[in-house]
Amino acid sequence: MLDVLAIASRNLLRYRRRTLLTLLLIVIGMIAVLLFIAVAGSFKSMMVDQITDSVLGHLQVHRKGYVASIDNLPLNLNMKPAMVAKTEEALKANPAVETWSPRVKFGGMYSNFAETTSIRVNGIDPAREAATVPLLQGRMVDGPKDGPLVEKGKIVIPLLLARGMKSKVGDTVVVVATNRDGSVNGKTFVVKGILESISGPGGRDGYIHIDDARELLRMTEAEVSEIAVRLKKFSLLERATGQIKTALEGLTNKEGKPVIEVHTWADLSPFSNLAKMIDLMTLFIKVVLVSIVLVSVMNVMIMAVFERIREIGTIAAIGTPPSRILSLFLAEGLMLGIVGTVAGTLLSLAAIVGINLWRPTFAFGQQQNLVMAPTIASGDVLTIAALVVVVAIIASLQPAWKASRMDPIHALRHV
Amino acid sequence: MSLVRAENLTKTYRVGDIDVPAITGVNFSLEAASFVAFVGPSGSGKSTLLNMIGCLDHPSSGTLKVLDTDIATLDRRAAARFRGENIGFVFQDFNLIPVLTVFENVEYPLRMVQKWPAEKRRTQVLRMLEAVGMSDQADKRPDQISGGQKQRVAIARALVSQPKLVLADEPTANLDHDTAYRVLQLMKKMRDDFGTTFVFSTHDPKIMGEAETTFTLEDGRLDSDVQQEELGHA
Repeated sequence: MLDVLAIASRNLLRYRRRTLLTLLLIVIGMIAVLLFIAVAGSFKSMMVDQITDSVLGHLQVHRKGYVASIDNLPLNLNMKPAMVAKTEEALKANPAVETWSPRVKFGGMYSNFAETTSIRVNGIDPAREAATVPLLQGRMVDGPKDGPLVEKGKIVIPLLLARGMKSKVGDTVVVVATNRDGSVNGKTFVVKGILESISGPGGRDGYIHIDDARELLRMTEAEVSEIAVRLKKFSLLERATGQIKTALEGLTNKEGKPVIEVHTWADLSPFSNLAKMIDLMTLFIKVVLVSIVLVSVMNVMIMAVFERIREIGTIAAIGTPPSRILSLFLAEGLMLGIVGTVAGTLLSLAAIVGINLWRPTFAFGQQQNLVMAPTIASGDVLTIAALVVVVAIIASLQPAWKASRMDPIHALRHV
Repeated sequence: MSLVRAENLTKTYRVGDIDVPAITGVNFSLEAASFVAFVGPSGSGKSTLLNMIGCLDHPSSGTLKVLDTDIATLDRRAAARFRGENIGFVFQDFNLIPVLTVFENVEYPLRMVQKWPAEKRRTQVLRMLEAVGMSDQADKRPDQISGGQKQRVAIARALVSQPKLVLADEPTANLDHDTAYRVLQLMKKMRDDFGTTFVFSTHDPKIMGEAETTFTLEDGRLDSDVQQEELGHA
């Protein structure tokens, strides 16, 4: 095999410019793919982290039908204490669940005594919310970043609302809400903090204490609109969701139908479609890379065979087995693939390191100054590298096969 | 026992709808360690005959036995193995591999065809280069040596695996007369030193006289007198 590789490398060096051009194409393709995977992957991961760790949690549990009308924040579809207790039992029993946070969600009116606007409010248990969505407090652009997010009598409002209503930390405001029976109630709050808005559902909500929410809504029992759940590892999402769904299937109404529904963050956030689009684009870029490698290597190998027909005739005549002639040309494709892969990988990794040192920022929706910090998993690098090498070998197969099947007499006569 | 024996050997090529005879009913035999020339004008069938003896082509009919093997029975792979083990080739255009040095060109059959161990290979290659007087050019590439030197290297490559038969198709066609004469003398010396049978084709009258046995081909048929004489000896 070493003999074959040695001769193959000499043959590649025979046409230096052509070999370099082919390698350049492979390297550019590798860089394009690896950089795209690194940048798009880290963007996707950052956005998913933002959405799951500062708003939605990894998954959520609702009463059946709540999500279908989630835009209305229907109070009549809140979970009753018995349902909540059963759900918490199931969550406690699941080893993948790290913690969870019950929320009371409602829509109301926000007034600074001069102007009034609508607001979506989450009533939360601050400690449990902080454990379930640990990045939430980090979104505070004004107000204390330490301690509980809210206390009783305090409200944290979204930045856009604060700007529109000219509200500041320390201002007294009124939140008015209609309860399930249609009666209206109001409660004064002191603005404790202002949260940076983020894209996606819940990204522009205000926060009050869950007890205040129940008081405002005149709840007679500890109802919950949703339970946000945090898992020990994001990778456990699919399995844990299935297990929790199964565990809660037994919770049925009088007609025997389930009363609880479980949704992952992807079911609740439109960003999941963007994430799928990124995956699709990554696949498309991989297809482009495969095409580049396939066409460039096949082209160079076809030329190599065409230009060396007499040489092939000579080595065939002196007894070189067809399988060895095949391996000589396959080795050339293999070496193009390996050298292109190594160079492409090294340059891509250097570019990724360079971008991380440069730390360029970008905006996404309401979020400004997001730092692009591309990373790439070794598995992705190995997969792409293996793909390029395999495609380079496949691209060499046809010309190599042709060379190995060449009739020595015709080959020797070739001019 | 004859090294090569042809009986009623015929080769016909099909060109479009027409059968074109290249060799017609040829009979001959070649003895071991002989120095044989097939002569005749261009198109007389010399190369076709050498191709069949070299197991590069199959007869259309008749029998051709090389080293007691009926070459018609060899498939592509078996023919390659047979050539690698028993036959050396010297080509009109030398056909050295341009990316390999003189040493590596001579080494090629031992390295890529017969898989000799490295040390044994090296000894044999140096011996052959010494025999053809090319030891001092071992590290040069084919484009750095003259035509005559290239043919010496080609002869060394043909002999390196110690074949019983070396076929040379017009080995002197691209050489001037002096060089051609020296190449033929070298081939004869190699025959004497190694006992290898040399069969070459030529249409050059000045070269024909160097052969110890000559077969004349015309329109795919052997000159009957020579043919009768050789068959009589067989």
